Amino acid sequence: MKRVRLTLRVNGEEQEVLFHSYKTLLEVLREELGLTGTKHGCELGECGACAVLVDGEPVLSCLELAVRCEGRDVQTVEGLANGTELHPLQAAFADHGGSQCGYCTAGMLMTAKALLDKEPSPSRERIREALSGNICRCTGYQQIWESVEAAAKAMREGKA
Amino acid sequence: MNAPEKPRSKTKFDTVGKARRRVDGRAKAIGQLKFADDLSLPRMLHCKLLRSPHPHAEILSIDASRAEARPGVHLVLTGEAFPVPYGIMPVSQDEHALARGKVRFVGDPVAAVIAIDEHTAIEALGLIDVKYRALPTVGSPEEGLANPEPRIHDYGEQGNIHRNQSYEFGDVEDALAKSAHVFEDVFFYEGNTHLPMEQQASLASIEGDGKLLLQTSTQNPHYLHRQLARVLQMPAARIRVIATPNGGGFGGKCDPGNHEFVVAKAALALGRPVKVCLTREEVFYQHRGRHPVLMKFRTGVGKDGRVTAMHLQTLLDGGAYGSHGPASTFYTGVLTPVTYELPRFKFEACRVFTNKPACGPKRGHGTPQPRFGQEVQLDKIAGKLGLDPAELRLSMVTKPDSLTASWLRVGSTGLAECIRKVVEMSDWKARRGRLGPGRGLGLACSTYMCGAGVSIYWNKMPHSAVQLLLDRSGQVTVYCGATELGQGSDDVLACLVAEALGIDPGWVRCVTGDTGITPIDLGSYSSRVTIMMGNAALQAAGRVRDQLAAAVAEMLNTLPDRVLFSHDRVFAADNPGNTLTFVEAIALAEAKFGTIAAVGSYAPPKAPGKYKGAGVGPSPAYSFSACVVETEVDPVTGWVTVPKIWIAHDIGRALNPVLARGQVIGGVYMGLSEALMEEQVFRRLPPKLSGALVHRNPSMLEYKSLTSLDMPEVEVALVEEPDPNCPYGAKEVGQGPLLPVMPALANAIHDAVGVRIDEIPITPDKVLRALEKKAKGETPRVGPEAYPQVPYPKPTFVLPPWEGGDGNELKRDAASAVV
Repeated sequence: MKRVRLTLRVNGEEQEVLFHSYKTLLEVLREELGLTGTKHGCELGECGACAVLVDGEPVLSCLELAVRCEGRDVQTVEGLANGTELHPLQAAFADHGGSQCGYCTAGMLMTAKALLDKEPSPSRERIREALSGNICRCTGYQQIWESVEAAAKAMREGKA
Repeated sequence: MNAPEKPRSKTKFDTVGKARRRVDGRAKAIGQLKFADDLSLPRMLHCKLLRSPHPHAEILSIDASRAEARPGVHLVLTGEAFPVPYGIMPVSQDEHALARGKVRFVGDPVAAVIAIDEHTAIEALGLIDVKYRALPTVGSPEEGLANPEPRIHDYGEQGNIHRNQSYEFGDVEDALAKSAHVFEDVFFYEGNTHLPMEQQASLASIEGDGKLLLQTSTQNPHYLHRQLARVLQMPAARIRVIATPNGGGFGGKCDPGNHEFVVAKAALALGRPVKVCLTREEVFYQHRGRHPVLMKFRTGVGKDGRVTAMHLQTLLDGGAYGSHGPASTFYTGVLTPVTYELPRFKFEACRVFTNKPACGPKRGHGTPQPRFGQEVQLDKIAGKLGLDPAELRLSMVTKPDSLTASWLRVGSTGLAECIRKVVEMSDWKARRGRLGPGRGLGLACSTYMCGAGVSIYWNKMPHSAVQLLLDRSGQVTVYCGATELGQGSDDVLACLVAEALGIDPGWVRCVTGDTGITPIDLGSYSSRVTIMMGNAALQAAGRVRDQLAAAVAEMLNTLPDRVLFSHDRVFAADNPGNTLTFVEAIALAEAKFGTIAAVGSYAPPKAPGKYKGAGVGPSPAYSFSACVVETEVDPVTGWVTVPKIWIAHDIGRALNPVLARGQVIGGVYMGLSEALMEEQVFRRLPPKLSGALVHRNPSMLEYKSLTSLDMPEVEVALVEEPDPNCPYGAKEVGQGPLLPVMPALANAIHDAVGVRIDEIPITPDKVLRALEKKAKGETPRVGPEAYPQVPYPKPTFVLPPWEGGDGNELKRDAASAVV
């Protein structure tokens, strides 16, 4: 089967990858680049676990062909922290119970980041709506909403 | 005066009760934690399973030659490779890794391809030619009772009945005859599945020393380890199972899975690593989820509404294999008497095999179904007698340290306090029945075990063991076979060791869930980990502490039992100025005694019941919950909205309140989701399409669960009634808070619109149907209309403690003489 070679920009770094052209962004991230922080729960676009940011927008990486991502800016959970300093969302999820088993966490974090990048002070309703495509079976969502609110507050105060 | 504190009786804490970041919180937030499918090894091959398209069929032949010949295919396995059966329970060894002779449900694994990549393996599955002869299918327990032939299995009670049992604690008919009222209700609880976010995955490989290593998403590495040894016919000591961190389990990863044996066998045959990851559809077939249960309650009450006796009958749809079924069957009744005083109790239960994926343990294991019926019936009783449902419950909660009619020992109980809390938080007295049209409040209660009192296989060994190793660097490593599902078992372990040694939990390194390294813990099920692992950890920590205290006492100018451990230091109790760092203390102890290490272990106390079957239900302690649900019901669409839920949970003591609250809300979520929409249901294809019995919704889109937009706000009260059997008093929180939600919702809908939905899930069509009946003046109820004739056996008769019993079975003739 034919393989394609192209350059992807993932977490700000350009990487040349050789892969079967049918592979999804999810598969290339996990299997070719070893970025297993992005998870899969269905591979059918139903659960949100595989959400990453492409050009700043949340995208279900299980539905996006990797060949379509050439020249676009892909961000995954591995690129969220600033060196050893956790992103405020990551710190808030760890501190406020936003992550239990941790399997939906990467998708939640990336989706929440897209929201906070656009809306620094979202209402609880907006947070619930933004995360409504990400299924979590552990938390009952409440501590996720609280984590996003805590992160938003920390980010606002950090900027002030 | 600072009295020296023994770990178990400690009351002032450095770590316990403080909100902390969980020990694995950082790894999860940065995506560094490796789940099973995140693992990869050089030369790794991939495995896919061929599954049966028939719900019940004989396998006439399997021709794998074309698949074997396909380039990239390394191995094709069939049932021939697996002559030895397995099953999680010793009495139900009825599964083979790949089907032998027949298939029993659509999705039953028949063959496996191991290939260079998943793509090749999937293509090769299509090249395997299997000839089947279809057999008549059983779609429900009623069909199973009516059709003893053909049998789905050649073992069991009779026909297609897997388990059938009956227990009577005191003469129930006599008590019902003497009751002021007898209420009879039939309820149905549809099956549903765990739907963990992580699909099961396993990676088998051969380690450098030639031993088999299986890294897998499992809740119970120890039981899996035993079953692997059995199926592969290898010494267990040559097999190592590592439970990778689970992306949720909820009971779905308790049973050994077909795929685990298959990749293990393939890695042994090929000498190369072999990985499998189930698709989401396959996870629905692996199932082992909530049993569909039909229930009938005949409950006698006095004029004051207090229950006098109960006759409970249950009928379980077991699916195609035994799984945990024998235990599940017991659990549809054995915890019923724990919440309220119940002078006499009769419990009959029957589990029937059907041609559907096997049912097993899901969060609450067998108890949510009868709890739903019991708590809805209590609401009806309160309504009929004009009593406040909260007051009625308060008037009959079980007393601390009492025995039930069935000889379970109720230890500590905070149930009354839980009821008072939710009544207060929800403003129950002012708001119930007064919220206006279409709005209502409902209340319900529940209990759950803090670990099953008996192991799944009979033995006298500890249920949990912990090893603790300290060295002069200050490192504290704790080894335990317990497994992290996301519930926070590693955090509990670190917290308890840290508290006992007076150090920050960040010093503790947890090594867990690895049968090659860690001492045995039975697994993450029955809400047993905090209590059993915790008590083992405190014993080990206490022993290490004694060594450290003995080593530093002289230098601190005090006696060993006057040494205190706190804030990463050791102190003399009578002169806190005399102090050493914890690291200095280890060095002194290492110089004096050699390597500092200790083990601890735990087995639950012996249960008071002595009759055969008394082993299911006993627990070192029980948690209790009370819940109030508020609803709004749209009379036009039947749509039920839940704006708010209040819950109080008697946790004994919250070790880390952030996690405890998360477990409570997560349990409420899962309960509400199954109450409103989750159902694992099947349909028969039209005859021209084979007539097969197929899963109606094996995808996350069609299997509905609550999203972030549907989930109401939950207000949580943690009631802390420390239990002396539990580590620092901490009881379970992983399962209990789910249990009262379903009946509280049903009761709230009744308060809102005056209709009874005696069936879970409560979907809009059922609500509408009930509203239509109400409008027509018919009985405003939707639910099962009748209970079938089930050939229950003659009951095992046991006298309750207060009727002169001793916990043994009383032969019925003797019983008549006594009564």
